[in-house]
Amino acid sequence: MTLAADIAVADPVPPAIGPWRETWLSFSENKGAVAALAVIVVVALVAVFADWVAPYSPIAQDRDAFLAPPFWAEGGSAKFLLGTDDVGRDMLSRLIHGARYSLLIGCIVITISLSVGVLLGLVAGYVRGMVEELIMRLMDIMLAIPALLLAIVIVAILGPSLTNAIIAVAITYLPHFTRMVRATVIAEMTKDYVTAARVSGARALRLMFVTVLPNCAAPLIVLATLNFSSAILDAAALGFLGLGAQPPTPEWGTMLAKAREFVQSAWWVVTFPGLAVLVTVLAFNLAGDGLRDALDPKLKR
Amino acid sequence: MTEAPILVARDLARDYRVRLGLFGGHATLHAVAGASFTLGPGETLAVVGESGCGKSTLGRMVCLIESPSAGELSLAGQDAVRGNRDSRRRLRPLVQMVFQNPYASLNPRKKVGAILEEPLVINTKLGAAERREAARDMMAKVGLRPENYERYPHMFSGGQRQRIAIARALMLNPRIVVADEPVSALDVSIRAQVLNLLMDLQDGLGLAYLFISHDLGVVRHIARRVMVMYLGRPVEQGESSVIFNRPRHPYTRALMSSTPAVDPAHRAQRIPIKGELPSPLDPPPGCAFHRRCPYATAECQVRRPELREFDGRLVACHHAETVA
Repeated sequence: MTLAADIAVADPVPPAIGPWRETWLSFSENKGAVAALAVIVVVALVAVFADWVAPYSPIAQDRDAFLAPPFWAEGGSAKFLLGTDDVGRDMLSRLIHGARYSLLIGCIVITISLSVGVLLGLVAGYVRGMVEELIMRLMDIMLAIPALLLAIVIVAILGPSLTNAIIAVAITYLPHFTRMVRATVIAEMTKDYVTAARVSGARALRLMFVTVLPNCAAPLIVLATLNFSSAILDAAALGFLGLGAQPPTPEWGTMLAKAREFVQSAWWVVTFPGLAVLVTVLAFNLAGDGLRDALDPKLKR
Repeated sequence: MTEAPILVARDLARDYRVRLGLFGGHATLHAVAGASFTLGPGETLAVVGESGCGKSTLGRMVCLIESPSAGELSLAGQDAVRGNRDSRRRLRPLVQMVFQNPYASLNPRKKVGAILEEPLVINTKLGAAERREAARDMMAKVGLRPENYERYPHMFSGGQRQRIAIARALMLNPRIVVADEPVSALDVSIRAQVLNLLMDLQDGLGLAYLFISHDLGVVRHIARRVMVMYLGRPVEQGESSVIFNRPRHPYTRALMSSTPAVDPAHRAQRIPIKGELPSPLDPPPGCAFHRRCPYATAECQVRRPELREFDGRLVACHHAETVA
């Protein structure tokens, strides 16, 4: 049939490698993302092994050391490496245990809003018509109310607790995911490769989840990582208002809120939870960017 | 044509309901109206016309991804319009499609191997090893190296991508391939290669092509029969040698005179088409071409010419006798 000479000469063919390894190879080219991933791994490990890593219980109070400064500051001791708070609890232990709550909040919020958002967005973008109008107008109504206000309303209905705060934040993030998935799906549906899959006989479910959804992944991953950090902040804000994690839970945002009266007198009580949130949020953003680049085949060499 | 036709279309039509703005209400757009043709095994029918004339819609109807509003379509002797969903699904592997733009028609997140195997995954019960075997065989047939199995579409040039797209279309052993302008997005230097590949495959596998194009040079090269469409309706159809030698519809004439020729001796006098393609939402009464036609008379404005047999082809013009 076709002559061998007809075969276009391509540049050297890369060796066949698995998809995971392939993603890792392109991800590892981005040094910032790798460093961020390392931070995330450390935070996650600390969170998992908090009971062994932390020197004290996060709620144990030492009545001899109220507001003890960190060890390098004047008056600090090696007994409390990062000092103590206003009721004599070890800051380091509280931060270590707080990593649990923050990661948990982020994970659960993103899992809920991502999965529900992807489902609603896919259906809206694929089915169109009345179903789309119904879903999207509902999302518009949710977006019309300020996120925190909506979360407060939801918590007020469900009652203040960490679980309800997580549900509330997940609901407020839902419209972002739904809108984004819908827009991407609509854009992708017009492309010929979707028609090609249809000509091959693909049915609705396959078209939605196998053909179209993977092509919407890149913006979703970035949105998910960005929202991961905002979810931590929003849950903290609810805690600050007394609607989220309840004291003495060592949640970073709650710690930050409770310590605001000591900004002038005991800087460490405010600084360290803030730094912990900052570092974690930054790490997730950087890693998300790196992941997006690694998952986009167009950027692969 | 001695063999029974693999595809028979009779008065195929497709309407769309279009919303005219926020308060405009609805209008009906006739994308295709009254297209009748047959396609025998191993035969090529070219559908020619300018953009918006309904040739792509026609191709989509033949591929069964768009259902006709009216008319009949049968594939391999079986009705493809009526009948339940399952029987229509069974017909689907008979017709496959090659798209115009190879940069959009391949899923960017799948490797070549996965793209080629998807039709098999959906339609057959073959195991992974057999699918892989089939995909590699097909890659060899269309002139792709076996190493390319593990690569992503973006690593390929336009011509190679179109080879992948052709390979995918052939994975289910279709009898008919709808080629929707398969070479118009490619470099001129690559076109001949891809066209030759298509013709080699046709000879080897006995494929019937519905070849949609606006490039008359390509059509002359590849198709034995031609259907010229204007505003959703066929205006002239028949053997391509007959039509190309002596077009009898003024639109075909104008279309052919607009094809550039290298040899000045063969260069026909250019017949410019006046005005714009009318809106298909509001087609002119009578003959749809009359406002742009140099031969138009009062009759053309009121009565639509039906396709009739004349001079060895079908033509829809009141003045076919006077044209050319």
